[in-house]
Amino acid sequence: MLKNITIGQYFPGDSSIHKLDPRIKIISVILYIAALFFMDKFIYYIPAIILLTSTILVAKLPFKYIIKGLKPIFILIIITFLINTFMTPGEIAFEIGPITATKEGLRQASFMAIRLILLVLCTTVLTLTTSPILLTDGIEKLLNPFKRIGLPAHELAMMMTIALRFIPTLLEETDKIMKAQMARGADFESGNIIKRAKNLIPLLVPLFISAFRRADELAMAMEARCYRGGENRTRMRELELKRFDIVFLIIVLIYLILIILFRYFIN
Amino acid sequence: MSIEIRDLVHIYSEGTPFEKRALDGVNLKIEKGKFIGLIGHTGSGKSTLIQHINGLIKPNSGEILINGLNITKKEIKMREVRQKVGLVFQYPEHQLFEETVEKDISFGPMNLGLKEDIIKERVKDSMEKVGLDYLEYKDRSPFELSGGQKRRVAIAGVIAMNPEVLILDEPTAGLDPKGREDILGQIKILNDNNPDLTIILVSHSMEDIANLVDKIIVMNGGKVELYGTPREIFKNIELLERVGLAAPQVTYVMKALKNKYPDIDTEIYTVEQARDEILRVKRGQENA
Repeated sequence: MLKNITIGQYFPGDSSIHKLDPRIKIISVILYIAALFFMDKFIYYIPAIILLTSTILVAKLPFKYIIKGLKPIFILIIITFLINTFMTPGEIAFEIGPITATKEGLRQASFMAIRLILLVLCTTVLTLTTSPILLTDGIEKLLNPFKRIGLPAHELAMMMTIALRFIPTLLEETDKIMKAQMARGADFESGNIIKRAKNLIPLLVPLFISAFRRADELAMAMEARCYRGGENRTRMRELELKRFDIVFLIIVLIYLILIILFRYFIN
Repeated sequence: MSIEIRDLVHIYSEGTPFEKRALDGVNLKIEKGKFIGLIGHTGSGKSTLIQHINGLIKPNSGEILINGLNITKKEIKMREVRQKVGLVFQYPEHQLFEETVEKDISFGPMNLGLKEDIIKERVKDSMEKVGLDYLEYKDRSPFELSGGQKRRVAIAGVIAMNPEVLILDEPTAGLDPKGREDILGQIKILNDNNPDLTIILVSHSMEDIANLVDKIIVMNGGKVELYGTPREIFKNIELLERVGLAAPQVTYVMKALKNKYPDIDTEIYTVEQARDEILRVKRGQENA
């Protein structure tokens, strides 16, 4: 029932992409996305696809998982495709009743669709190859420079880590309470929307109670171990840049620079 | 109500890297009115098995017949199955949600669509069965009760549905010795007073199991390792230890005593039996 929900869709593995420093991975994704927005011709997509595909191959990610990442934005892609096809002025390609599709529109539509797909795919590769904990670690480190202007980087990262850490726990708890109430004849699957909402009370009340209890216990346990925020805090596993991290970053950087060069200077 | 389980297989997260075969071909036959103990180390498949009997999860293959009715078929009305098979989860007090004890216990019977006066009768009756005074507790909030009382309210909530099979998943976990004694005592009374009620008790305490049940199921690695009377089961100490369990402590005491008194019976699993056996051997010596 709730087994199908995967949050932080991490796909365990030990490829060199998995082992990349999370900071490098986050920066690379940002650079890759930036490069996508510098592109104005279909031909640029060839290096973009090659780069992404080789990363996926090195990471040994199953094709099924990559496609699963696209599912949530499938409708968005269809809608942007249709809007672009029919709303762009230009030479008429075909007509359906009162609306007309233009050649420019079709071109623009496929261009945007590919950009969207690549955008989502590269972030999917990031979340598939990086465990949520490492991801927040990386975000914290990257946000560190902004501490000077008052951004609570450590606290933000800690909140994210705790939230991520408790999602599976709460899901499990929901599953358990749901089953316990179903064993008492509760019905979560039929009736109209008001009846369904009402039927959720036996699930939500115990869930809230246990969430608050857990939060309380966690705060207590953290204080008992002298947790007091980010000041002077060391970590068990310091993030350390290795040679492959640098090489990977340089490849992505060169890729971005080449795209920009081709776009503005070589034409 | 008899339960028959045939070649039951359940696989969690099939087709992902997290795939786990929780049940791997379980075959069982439980007769009506028996008190069954279900033991096995953590992850042996006990919880998965009992959730199948109640129809909460569907098997990947195999079937479950309850009184000859195959509940793994699609067209079966789950509500009927759940009315017949009552399941008390671990830490059942976590499922309490109503304002008063009475309302919470009524939740199950109400879902069965019973009339108000019948529900009231059922609530009274089930509170009595778990040892809670109806007038004293009916209007109190379940959240202000002690841990043991909360648990009894939760168990009463399942008993109020009048199941023909009652499954209890570690009903004494996390309770103090008195709370344990009380709950187990009430389960025993329930069993004695309702000869047709089949009870399945999941427990990690060999002593509790040995004291109460007619037959024991030992689970290991998603399979039924042993199934028999306590005497038959606790004979196999080596096997039990290999699957992460043990015999009751008193059985070990009797084994140790055997060194000194060679004619003592070691197939003993309750303190009462041990007392009688030791007295028998002692008297025999005095007479000799």
